[in-house]
Amino acid sequence: MAADTRPKRPFRWHVGVFLAPAVLVYTAIMILPLAGTLQLSLFRNIEQHQVFVGLENFRTLFGDPNWSVNFWNALRNNTWFFIIHMLVQNPIGVMLAALLSSPRLRFSAFYRTAIFVPTILSFVIVGFAWKLILSPLWGVAPHLLDLVGLKSLFTPWLGKEEYALTALSLISVWQFVGIPMMLIYAALLSIPEEVIEAAECDGITGMSQFWKIKLPLILPSIGIISILTFVGNFNAFDLIYTAQGALAGPNYSTDILGTFLYRAFFGFQLQVGDPNMGAAIATMMFLIILGGVCVYLFLVQTRLRRYQF
Amino acid sequence: MTTKLLTALLLGTSILGSAGVANAADVTLNIESWRGDDLAIWKDKLIPAFEAKNPGIKVVFAPSAPTEYDAALGAKLAAGSAGDLITCRPFDKSLELFKKGNLADLSALPGMENFSPVAKSAWQTDDGKASFCVPMASVIHGFIYNKDAFDKLGIKVPETRDEFFAALDKIKADGTYIPMAMGTKDLWEAATMGYQNIGPNYWKGEDGRAALIKGDQKLTDKDWVAPYEELAKWKPYLGDGFEAQTYPDSQNLFTLGRAAIYPAGSWEIGLFNTQAQFKMGAFPPPVEKAGDTCYISDHTDIGMGLNAASKNADAAKTFLSWVASPDFATIYANALPGFFSLNSSPVKMADPLAQEFVSWRGKCKSTIRSTYQILSRGTPNLENETWVESANVINGTDTPEAAAKKLQTGLDSWYKPAK
Repeated sequence: MAADTRPKRPFRWHVGVFLAPAVLVYTAIMILPLAGTLQLSLFRNIEQHQVFVGLENFRTLFGDPNWSVNFWNALRNNTWFFIIHMLVQNPIGVMLAALLSSPRLRFSAFYRTAIFVPTILSFVIVGFAWKLILSPLWGVAPHLLDLVGLKSLFTPWLGKEEYALTALSLISVWQFVGIPMMLIYAALLSIPEEVIEAAECDGITGMSQFWKIKLPLILPSIGIISILTFVGNFNAFDLIYTAQGALAGPNYSTDILGTFLYRAFFGFQLQVGDPNMGAAIATMMFLIILGGVCVYLFLVQTRLRRYQF
Repeated sequence: MTTKLLTALLLGTSILGSAGVANAADVTLNIESWRGDDLAIWKDKLIPAFEAKNPGIKVVFAPSAPTEYDAALGAKLAAGSAGDLITCRPFDKSLELFKKGNLADLSALPGMENFSPVAKSAWQTDDGKASFCVPMASVIHGFIYNKDAFDKLGIKVPETRDEFFAALDKIKADGTYIPMAMGTKDLWEAATMGYQNIGPNYWKGEDGRAALIKGDQKLTDKDWVAPYEELAKWKPYLGDGFEAQTYPDSQNLFTLGRAAIYPAGSWEIGLFNTQAQFKMGAFPPPVEKAGDTCYISDHTDIGMGLNAASKNADAAKTFLSWVASPDFATIYANALPGFFSLNSSPVKMADPLAQEFVSWRGKCKSTIRSTYQILSRGTPNLENETWVESANVINGTDTPEAAAKKLQTGLDSWYKPAK
């Protein structure tokens, strides 16, 4: 009987009210533009009118060698860009975090700040600074190599087809290594003391403690970092643009999806921009990133859960 | 109390003050431009000269950054907030604006008769019937050299290609100077200062360019591959690490006196005059044998058009007629040495280097860059591809024949010449 007399719970308006700002802002600046891009990619400008053409733009992108060669080249370069980050940036980030979290290290706050500083620098500064450092004419790189007698190793890296992309990837690694370092550092600090003590009681110390106890516990963070790196790399544009220009030379060897999209969408020099083809490329980038994130969420993260507390 | 009164008074005067200004200026014209560098010249020389002659018309020069100009202008035109006068990029960018109805037809503008058909070609419909921008300036390609270096090494100004390469060899053997200041990092240097600079001598200027557009010649023909063969020969004369040498690097190498020859566009003159501490001279691209007709790239670069939606069209037309007059040409060409007036009446210029460049118009035949008219409308874009391939040829990643073949294949994929 008590249930009948209990007043019916009123509709909770405040939930909607509190959600509204975030939903509205997110819709206005994320969902609408995304939908707009997807829509734009299905149209084509024919005699000053936007005409619906279905998947015709995508057929051009993959079927017309003038577009497809550039697209696959950009995708390949982008993948290499990502691989370098995964192989260099993240292991170094983990290593730095492990060193920083060691209680015996002095000045760790200073190192932490120093390594993190490049991350907050503008791309433009990083691009121009490294262009100058590596410049064969005025750069310090040739001089420094000369001091240790390795001048012969110097080549104009940013101007050589075979090295330019790797050089730029490493510059990007230099800039962003602070982010994995910080995230892993936080994860390492959050490992409960009891776990470590229990490990010590069992005689697991030093390196083997890192490999057997800490690393498995920070794997979820490494997973998050990988996915952040993946999204960041496949959206990258600024560094290549400031260092190599929109044509991503030499001979398109540093062209990634971002620069390819920029040229198609906005045009470059005499090339008039084609927003529809640009939107088609943007859609492909969206799908690639979506695919990567899904693979991570459904295949990797579900397995990682086991290690979480 | 007194503060409040004072505030009220100040507010009152500011409203009245602005009202007074609005009454005094009958018409204000706004100029859209990407030439932020020219702001001082417009403010101090050109606009006062115009306003003195035309009381009642005020002109404001409002430039935006070169890389943002086209996008910003497009957005402003669409929103209806663009200025009355629009600085025109050459060829398709402006043609597109005209076709959209953003630029007014100026064929009948008084003063347009002061320009030759080649000068007007950059701002005309393909059939040449309607003109929509007043030509303002062109830039000429050639080579600027360090006179002190040439005197020291006893080199005389080369006229033929053999003399040119002999001079380069001599500078290289001496070792004091880098023979030629050019890099391939920014790509366009190789195409614009290289290919388009020396090319007209091979493809015979306008003849070759017209034949290419008509489809009678191909980029794989001897006349179009030969400039690439010459470019490939430049490689040993460029500085160490030229693959990563940017455009500002090249400028600095030359103005610091470390390089002897600079493949140039005349727009460099202003900067070089203020930065270089040595005497400079210039020579046109060398010909095959002495006495051959020489051809130069005299490329139409800047024009000015009328926003079709302008509310002050009459005043704007008065201004454009003045831009088309010899008065404007004289002030402009002297204020900006290296940007040459396209006006048919000769303009007196004080700068010796600028005089040298413009004197070639008398003895050589003028043409414009081969890729600019019509041929860069499709995908792949011929101009952009020319940048990439010119750099490839100099870097040695592509042979001249392979580069030419790629360009022609790209062009064939979308361009069908009108027969």
